[in-house]
This record gives sequence, C-alpha cells and structure tokens, in this order.
Amino acid sequence: MSTATVAIPAAKRVGFSTSLRRNRRWALVVSYVFLIVFAIFFLMPPYYMIVTSLKSDAEVAHMATNPWIVADGVTLDQFKILFTQTDFLIYFKNTVIVTLCVVAITMVVSVLAAFALGRMRFWGSGILATGIFLTYLVPDTLLFIPLFQIVKALGLLNSYWGMVLVYPTLTVPFCTWIMIGYFQSIPKELDEAALIDGAGHMQMLLKIFIPVALPGIIAATIFAFTVSWAAFVYPMAFLYSADQQVLTVGTVTSLIRGDVYKWGMLMAGALVAAAPPLVIYAFLMDYYIAGLTAGATKG
Amino acid sequence: MAEVTLRNVVKSFGDVEAVRSINLDIPDNEFVVLVGPSGCGKSTTLRMIAGLEEVTSGDISIGGEVINDLPPKDRDIAMVFQNYALYPHMTAFENMSFGLKLRKFPKNEIRQRVEHAAHILDITELLDRRPKALSGGQRQRVAMGRAIVRNPKVFLFDEPLSNLDAKLRVQMRTEIKRVHQKVKTTTVYVTHDQVEAMTLADRVVVMNHGRIEQIGTPQELYHQPRTRFVAGFIGSPAMNFVPCQLEQNSAGMLVRVDDKIALPVPTDRSARYQPFIGKPVTLGLRPEHITEPRHNGRNDGSDFAVTLDVVEPLGMETMVFFTVNGTEICGRVEPSSAVDAGATMRLHANVDHMHLIDPASGVVI
Repeated sequence: MSTATVAIPAAKRVGFSTSLRRNRRWALVVSYVFLIVFAIFFLMPPYYMIVTSLKSDAEVAHMATNPWIVADGVTLDQFKILFTQTDFLIYFKNTVIVTLCVVAITMVVSVLAAFALGRMRFWGSGILATGIFLTYLVPDTLLFIPLFQIVKALGLLNSYWGMVLVYPTLTVPFCTWIMIGYFQSIPKELDEAALIDGAGHMQMLLKIFIPVALPGIIAATIFAFTVSWAAFVYPMAFLYSADQQVLTVGTVTSLIRGDVYKWGMLMAGALVAAAPPLVIYAFLMDYYIAGLTAGATKG
Repeated sequence: MAEVTLRNVVKSFGDVEAVRSINLDIPDNEFVVLVGPSGCGKSTTLRMIAGLEEVTSGDISIGGEVINDLPPKDRDIAMVFQNYALYPHMTAFENMSFGLKLRKFPKNEIRQRVEHAAHILDITELLDRRPKALSGGQRQRVAMGRAIVRNPKVFLFDEPLSNLDAKLRVQMRTEIKRVHQKVKTTTVYVTHDQVEAMTLADRVVVMNHGRIEQIGTPQELYHQPRTRFVAGFIGSPAMNFVPCQLEQNSAGMLVRVDDKIALPVPTDRSARYQPFIGKPVTLGLRPEHITEPRHNGRNDGSDFAVTLDVVEPLGMETMVFFTVNGTEICGRVEPSSAVDAGATMRLHANVDHMHLIDPASGVVI
C-alpha cells in the first residue's frame, strides 16, 4: 500500500518536471530569437559608424564600395583631422562643462525637492509633486521661445552658461519625479528610527536617505547626464559661435557644409561623442539595477 | 528616575478618536505591555510617547517632565520597530553607534557601549555585517542593540516579534525578558499577542477602542478580569461565554445554563450576585476550568454530561468541544480520559473560577 502511494506521485512528478523543462526550453529559444533580432537591429548603426569612421574620405565617397566593410585599409585620419583641424575639442570641453554643471544643479535641486515632497508631508505636497511632473510634459520645442527671452534678458545668449541655466528645466522635473518615487519607497520607520537616534532632517537626508536611495540617484544622474549631453534644440536656438558651441549642434554645423557631408568625420565625431555616455552606462548600470534597500526592513 | 505618566491623553486623526483620554502611570524600571486588538490605539499611544505622533490633548511626562512638545531625540527614549528599521547601508556596528555619533560621544565610549550591548545580545560576531546578511532574529537583536547602547530612560518596543516565525518569537521573547533583567529600564512594549503580554510584562494594559479596559499584573488579568473583553482577550484558548440565568433555591444559588446543567455558585459570591437573581447573565469559564471530574465521585452539582462535537488531541492535553444552549464550549481534559467525538463524556466545571458578566454593560459582576 505504502509503495503504491509513493510510486504514483513520483511518476506524476517526473512528467510534470519534463513538461516544465520543455516549456522553459521553448521560452528560452523564443527569447533568444527576439534578443538576436533586436541586437542586430540596434547594433547596426554603431557598427556602421565605426566602419565609416575608419575609412578614408576617398573610400567613403566611392559609391561602388561595400559600406559595411573597410576595403582599402583601416585609417585613423578622420579622428586626426577631427581633433586637429576642427573645433571638435572645444565643443567637447563645452559639453563636459555644461553637463557636469547641469547634473550637479539637477541632483541638488531634485534630491532636496523630492525629499521635501516625498517624505515631509505638508499641505499641497501631492499637488506640487504632480505639478512638477506636468512641467516635464511641456516639450523643449515650445519652451525655447519664452526661454529665449529670459536667456537674452540675462545676457546669456550665445554663452554655454545659458545652457547650464536652461537644461535643468528639462532635467529637474523628471529627476524630482524619479526621486520622489524612490524616497517614498523607503520605509517610514527608517526616518522615525533616525529621528529617535537624534538626526535632524538634513542629517537624515545626507546620512540615511541619499545612501539608501543611491540606485534612484544614479538613475536620475544618468537621465540628467543623457539629457544635457544630447540636448539639441536649446543649443541650436541659443548658441551660434563656435567657441560656445556644444557637441550635438557643433559637430553637425561644422561638418555639414551645405550639401557637403563629411561622413567620415561625422561618424568619428558621433563615436567620440557617444563614448562618455556609453562608459557611464557600462559602469553604473549594475549599481543602478542592484538596489541597496535589501535588509532595511523585513523581507 | 524614569517613570512615564500619561494624563488624559487623547489622539484624534480628523474625526476619528484613536486614543480616548487614557491615564497611565508606569513606575521606574517597570516592564509594561500595551495589548489589544488591531486598531485599539496601543501603537498610537506608544508613538505619542516616542514623539512620532503629536498629542491632541493631555500630557505625557517622563521622569516628571512634560514632554509633549519635545522632539523625539530630546526625550531620551529608544525604540525598537516591528520591521527592525535598520539602516541598510550601515553595518550592525554602524547601526548601533549611529545615535551615539550624532550625539558626539567619544569614539572610545561608542566602541565600548556597542561592544557591551553586542555582548549582552550575543551578536559580537555580527558587528561587521550589513542587515541584508543577517537573519530576522539577528536583525531584531541589532535593533535592540541600537536601543541599548543609548542607555535611554525608556525603551519602547512596537510589536518587535511580529515578523518572526513562531519558534524564533518564543526565543526572542525570552531574550527580551533576559535583557530587561540585565538592563533595568522602564519599558513600554506593544503587542497584539496576549501570550507575549502575559509572559513579558510586570503589568499589562489591555486596550480596546482607544480606551484602557484594565491595567494589572498578568495574574490579575487572568484571574480577575473586569470586563468581558478582558476576560475573552486574555487566555488561550479564549474563555467560554454562555448565556444563562441566576436562580436561587433551597440549596443555594445556581447558574442555570440549560434544563440539565445548573452550576452551584460558591457561597462567598452569593451576596455579590444577589441583585442579578432571575436576570439573564453570561457565564464565563476558561477551557482549563472545564475538565474531567477530579473529585473522586463527590459531585457538588458541577458535573454534567455532554456529547462531544470535536476532540483535538494536543499531546499533553486534549481539547474537547461541545454545544450547550446553542453555544460552542471548549474544555481541556487529560488525554487518557478523552472519548471520541460523538460520544458522551462527563465533565466538571470548576465553579471557583467562573465569572458572571452583566450582558448589558459587559462588566464582570
């Protein structure tokens, strides 16, 4: 009797687990097929950029050559010319200054705003939080018109410091929104414990909330960095001399002359411009995903 | 000295009164447990003592000083939370020393205090670990350590064992009692678990609907509950309540449960029960006071025969369930004397432990 009782579920278990394995295998196959298709789709443009940037002008201009391979030998001429005979390095320096300042301003403003809106309940904090997010929904293609007047009035037209002033209109609302979510997800007992331990609100923010919300802060930092590094409309509207120009607009305006496209240098410039965000994503992505809140409370 | 006093303390959330004018005196070094069902106001009371909730009206004082308007950090209290509330980015050592660092204690003293607390709680080896590398019980010990190092006037515990599994809960309960015996400090402990309350407390405060139902030692609450709520809340399994009637005949006073069961009232209670003769009352009798007859055949009228509905053997005892007057009643008998469900069994009600309750007011007569 007891043998039979054991044997039946054992047989069932084998069948069940085989079916599970088969399901899992199919799920993996389908996932990999889609992953490969997407990887090819998204890796083609950067591959094309790399290949083109390593070609000579003559090979790029030659219509008969295969655009996907370097046929006439690899050359770094495009990079050399880009760095020595154009204002590319000035654009790069300006972009770095603008981006670092914007990220710093954004993070200070949005962390403080999010802490106040997310944790220190006060009358109207909910409406204010929603209002901040709504400002993010106004596109920069509309905002640049009134902002033009403001930047002009401040004497910052054709100055990259004007960008330091206007980019936060794009970055602060969204970063504040991200940080509000993060701060709200931190158990309220942590601030209560900190209050009882003797922390003031600023100590609580600096010593508890910022370290615990680091994944959120990194996410917001990446967003602010990407937005200010890749902004196009504002520099296009507010900057017009080469010494003040940033990478996005500068590369395009200096390397496209009428209907003459310097494809090799354009691709080389795009590659160099894409490198910092790539490096930042590569280094911070794990940290960004990991999350530090495990163990704060039960679970 | 750190006696805690609550005078006419009220807490309202909008129109809802969570705590309704409570008065409580907790002497220095006493371990007081606030117990009651969810929403009874026990946690709110604790949070008002901690300074995490404002007092709507009334006064809370610690050591004779009214602390209503003091921020939590200036109240000289330490609190252990239900979900530990450990800082996840800090090691156990850093968690425990955080409050001392903020108060600018010298490094040597911080180390000394943390190591002393770690020794008391047996977590010396865990001081370098972060909370995520600790088990639930270890996290709760670190949380207690964080409270101990501060050497506060008052310890506050907000359901600290609720998140632990049953076995660990029993272990940590003993641990908390041991720590209190070592670190004599006034302690206010909130729980909804009456077993925790009974085992830990010097005195238990039973709360219900924002009011204090009764304050007393565990023994007082168990043997002399003042209300039906306290009688039913304290004790596991809960006290049986059966509607009945008080009768007086030539033999004395009787509690008439149904046609067949009429229990004699102990003579020392006759005067107290006199005004209720002929009136409906509720009989309260704990399962442990309904047993197999243990009086060598000398029946004073408190034995009765019932048909058992359910029998639950628990090993060292057996719970028997039967129905009288439409009410299910639970008794506790020796495993050897229990019969099967459906069979008839003679049981004995220990009337010395019975309680009669006025059904109108819910007060024990």
